[in-house]
Amino acid sequence: MTTSANGRFPSPFEVPTPAGCEGWEELYPYYYLFSNDRREFEDNRFWFQDGMHHPEPLYPFDTITCESWWVALGQYNTRVFIVPPALGIDQRVLNGYLYITALPVPNENDIGPRVAHFMERAGYYYQNWNTLYDQWVKKAEETVAELKAIKVPDLPEMEDISVVKQGRGITTAYDLLTAYNRAIENMHKIWHLHFEFLNLGYAAYLTYYGFCKKAFPDISDQTIAKLVSGIDVILFRPDEELKRLSKAAVDLGVAGVFKQTVNPNEVIAEMQKSDGGQKWLDELEKSKDPWFYFSTGTGFYHLHRSWIDDMTVPCVSIRGYIEKIEAGQDISRPLSAIQKERDRLAAEYTALLPTEEDKKAFQEQLGLARTVFPYVENHNFYVEHWHHTVFWNKMREFGRVLVTHGFFKEVDDLFYLHRFEVQEAIYDLIASWASGGEARGPKYWPPLVEKRKALFEKLKAWAPPPALGEPPEVVTEPFTIMLWGITTESIQRWLKPQAAEGESKQLTGFAGSPGLVEGPARVITSVEELKDVQPGEILVCPITTPSWAPVFTRIKATVTDIGGMMSHAAIVCREYGLPAVIGTGFGTKTFKTGQMLRVDGTTGVVTALN
Amino acid sequence: MAHDPYVLWLEDCNKTCASLVGGKNASLGDMLKAGIRVPPGFAVTTAAYRDFLEEAGIGQAIQKILDDLDVDDVEATERASQTIRQMMAAACIPAPVETAITRAYKELAAECGAPDVPVAVRSSATAEDLPEASFAGQQETTLWVRTPGSVLIRTAICWSSLFTPRAIAYRVKMGFPHDRVLISVGVQKMANSRTSGVMFTLNPSNGDRSTIAIDASWGLGESVVSGMVTPDNYLVNKITLEVIKRTASPKLIEYVPDPDGDRAEIVNVPPERQTALCLTDEEVVAVATLGQCLDHYYGAPQDIEWAIDRDLPVPENVVALQCRPETVWSRKPPVSIARPGAGALDYVLANLLAGVKTRKD
Repeated sequence: MTTSANGRFPSPFEVPTPAGCEGWEELYPYYYLFSNDRREFEDNRFWFQDGMHHPEPLYPFDTITCESWWVALGQYNTRVFIVPPALGIDQRVLNGYLYITALPVPNENDIGPRVAHFMERAGYYYQNWNTLYDQWVKKAEETVAELKAIKVPDLPEMEDISVVKQGRGITTAYDLLTAYNRAIENMHKIWHLHFEFLNLGYAAYLTYYGFCKKAFPDISDQTIAKLVSGIDVILFRPDEELKRLSKAAVDLGVAGVFKQTVNPNEVIAEMQKSDGGQKWLDELEKSKDPWFYFSTGTGFYHLHRSWIDDMTVPCVSIRGYIEKIEAGQDISRPLSAIQKERDRLAAEYTALLPTEEDKKAFQEQLGLARTVFPYVENHNFYVEHWHHTVFWNKMREFGRVLVTHGFFKEVDDLFYLHRFEVQEAIYDLIASWASGGEARGPKYWPPLVEKRKALFEKLKAWAPPPALGEPPEVVTEPFTIMLWGITTESIQRWLKPQAAEGESKQLTGFAGSPGLVEGPARVITSVEELKDVQPGEILVCPITTPSWAPVFTRIKATVTDIGGMMSHAAIVCREYGLPAVIGTGFGTKTFKTGQMLRVDGTTGVVTALN
Repeated sequence: MAHDPYVLWLEDCNKTCASLVGGKNASLGDMLKAGIRVPPGFAVTTAAYRDFLEEAGIGQAIQKILDDLDVDDVEATERASQTIRQMMAAACIPAPVETAITRAYKELAAECGAPDVPVAVRSSATAEDLPEASFAGQQETTLWVRTPGSVLIRTAICWSSLFTPRAIAYRVKMGFPHDRVLISVGVQKMANSRTSGVMFTLNPSNGDRSTIAIDASWGLGESVVSGMVTPDNYLVNKITLEVIKRTASPKLIEYVPDPDGDRAEIVNVPPERQTALCLTDEEVVAVATLGQCLDHYYGAPQDIEWAIDRDLPVPENVVALQCRPETVWSRKPPVSIARPGAGALDYVLANLLAGVKTRKD
C-alpha cells in the first residue's frame, strides 16, 4: 500500500487508518489534519514523510517542535528575506506521522519583484554575518537562561503570608499558569532563532556546492564539505570534554574506577572516596554545564534524554578513551593537521580551475560558505541539545505538579497531551484549587492517557509511506534537498523497492562516508535501544546524531533511512572513519538485526548477504 | 658503459637527451629521477641506428624507394614497406653495436638475478610521445624477449618499424623528412604483471582534472591497450586519493608469459576471476599515487601504462611502464563557468532561481 501504480504515491485521502488506530486525529490540532476543506490544495501537493527529524509518530505534546519550525522556517523565506522563488514548508500529520511539502511562490510573475528585497535583506545578513552571529550566540544563551530561570511552583494548601504582607496581589495560580505560558513562548522563541540564519546558510552552501559540482563533476559531497568544515566545531565539544575528563582521570590516578564500573552513580560514589576522585568530580562539574546538555537523540522528542540526565553514555565513552590513552594513543583531534589538509585541498582545487575568473569565483563562494558554516554546524548544539534538554525537563516539572494532583499517573503522561490540552489541564487545576471544588482532570485524563498510549503503540508499528501524492519530475527546491536529502533520485528509489518487496536485498543511498565493510546488522528504531549495540555491528537506524558518539567507537558502519549531504550521521562517520550509507529510505524496514550486511560507503550501496 | 655511444641506462636518460634515446626512454628516465618506480632497463641510442644504416650502406637505397612513392597508393606503399624492412632485416648489425647491446643485456640480467631475464623491447622514436605529434601505435613492441640474440633481432625489427606503411604515409602527410627521423630502442625488464592497465590523470569521460581514471585487467597490459578485454574501471580523487567508483567488468582473457617461448600468450581467465575486481582498494590508491606523482612531475594530465608485479609487496609492486601527456582534453580550450563581474550573492540568487539538482548519477 506504500505506492500505487504508475509512479505516484498514494493520495493522503487514500491511506487507510491502521487497524485499532481509529480516532488518532484527536491527538492533534485541527489545522494539522488532511481534510476535505483543503482537499483541492492537499491532493495536488507532493508530501514526504519527515523521517529525518520525526521518524516516530508525533507525541501530541512533542508536536511543539515541528509546529515551532513550521512557523520559523517558513517566515524567513516568506516574510523576512523574501526568497524569490520559495515560500515555506507546509506540514500535515497522517496516522501520527509528519508529512511536509515545500511551497513555491505560486505565481511566477511574483518572483521578479521579490529579487530586490532579497538582495537587500539577504545581502545585509551575508555582509554582516559574523557580527550578527556573535549577537545570535548571546540571544541563544539568554533564551536558554530565561527558560532555566522559570520556576514551576506547586500549589500550596495556603498561600504564603508574604502574599499578604507584601500586598502581592497575585498568587501561585497565576505563577503556575504564566510559568507554563512563558516556557511555551520560550520554545517558540528559540525556534525563531534557529532559523534566523539557517536558510541563508544553506543557500550559500548549496551555491558553493553547485559550483564545485560544475567545475569538478566527480567531486564527492564529503570533499565539498571538508573544504569548508570548521576546525573548532562546537558540536564536537562535548566529546572533547570527555577526552579532557579521560586525561584528567589518568593524571589524577583514578582511571581504574572506570574499569570497575561505568554506572554513573557507582562512578561518583567511588570518586568521592579519594582526593584524586574529588578533584576529578570538580573537573566533571566544569564540563557539565553546558556540554552535557547533549541529547542522545535529535532532541526533537521528549524521549531523547541527554548526558546530563543519564551519564551512562559519557562514562562508557570515558572508559574507551582511558583504554586508548593507556595504550599510548593520542586521542586529541590533530587540529593543525586538519587545518593544513583543508588549506591544501582548497589550494589544489583552486589551481585546477581553468581561468582567473573561475579561481576568483570559487574563492569567493568558498569564503562565503566558510563564513556561514559555523552557524550551520553549531546551531544544533544551542537549540536541539542545550535548550531542548532544559525544555523537556521543565515540562516534566509541570508533569510532576499534575501527578501530585492526580491528573496523571506518571510524569511523562504529560506528553500524551497536546500543549493546548496541558494548558486546559493546568487551568482545570488552578480553578479547582482556587474554588476548593473538584477538578475534573483526575477522572478525565488518566483513562484518556491510557487509551492514547495503546493507540500510540499501534501507530508506532505502522509503516508510513515515504511520500504522498504525485512526485515532481525534478526536485529543485533547495531546502528540500539540503535539509532532507530529498532528490529526484531518492524519490525514484522510494518508488522502486516496493516492486521487489521481500526480495529486496540491496538498497542505495548517499555515499556518506567512504569505506567497505561487512558485519551483522543492529536495527535500532529508538534511542533506548542504543544500549543493545554490540561491538562490530553495523548500525541500521532512521537517523543518528553526533551524541551517539560512544556507539560509533563500537560499530563498523552506519546505514540510515533518512538524511542528505549535511546529515549528522555522515559528518560523524567521517570523523570516526566509518563507512556510512545515508538516506536508504527503507534500511530499518528491509534489514533485520543479526543479518549479515555489506556496506559500501563509497558507492552508497548496502547489500544483505543472507 | 658510462661512455658507450650505443647504450644508455634508463637512469641516465632524460628530456635533454631525447634526440639520442627517443621520447619514451627519456620519459622513463625522468620518472626514475622523480622517484617513480619503473622496471630497470637501457636504451639503444639513435647513434646505434644511424651507424647501422651507415655500416650497412642502405640509407640511400631506402631514400630512393621512398622518393618515388605515392603514399595514396596503398598497395605501392605496402610493397615499399616490405622491401625496406627486408633490406634492414638482411643487413648486419655493426659489431660494436652488437657488443654493446649484448653486454648491457647481460648486466641487466645479472642485476635481476636471472641469466635470461625477460625484457620488453620497444621502439622509442625521436618524434613520438611529443605532445603535438602523437605517433602512438605506429611503432614496435615485443614482450618477453629472453636472450641476447633475441634482443638483437627484436632491436632490428624495432628499427625497421620506422618503415611500416602507416609510419611512411604519416610522415609524408605531416611533412617529416624520412632521413630526419631517427629511432631509439628501449630494453626493459618485463614486469611480472598480476594486474596491469592504463590510467589518465583526469576523467576522460568528462574532463574532470581532479580525478584519476584507471583501467585494469588481469595479466600483462597488452589486453587493455589492445582493447581485447573490457577492463575494470576505477575513479580516484587526485587530490584526496579517495576511491570514488569501482566498476567490475567480465575479463575473459589475459596475456601471460609463455614459459618456453619468447612471447606472451593469450589464455582464458577462469570464471571465478572474470568478474572479480582485479585491484584491492589499497592497490587502487597505490596506482593512483603513481599517477598523482607523474601528474605533479609533468604539471599536466598524463596518460600512463602501469603494472602490478606479483613478486613485490604493496606499494613497491606498482610500476609505471609508460607515461605521455594526455592529448584529448588538454588540447581543448578551457571552459569557464564563472559569470563575469558576479559577486557571491549574485551566485546565491542565481542558484535559488535556477533550482538545484545536486546529484548527477
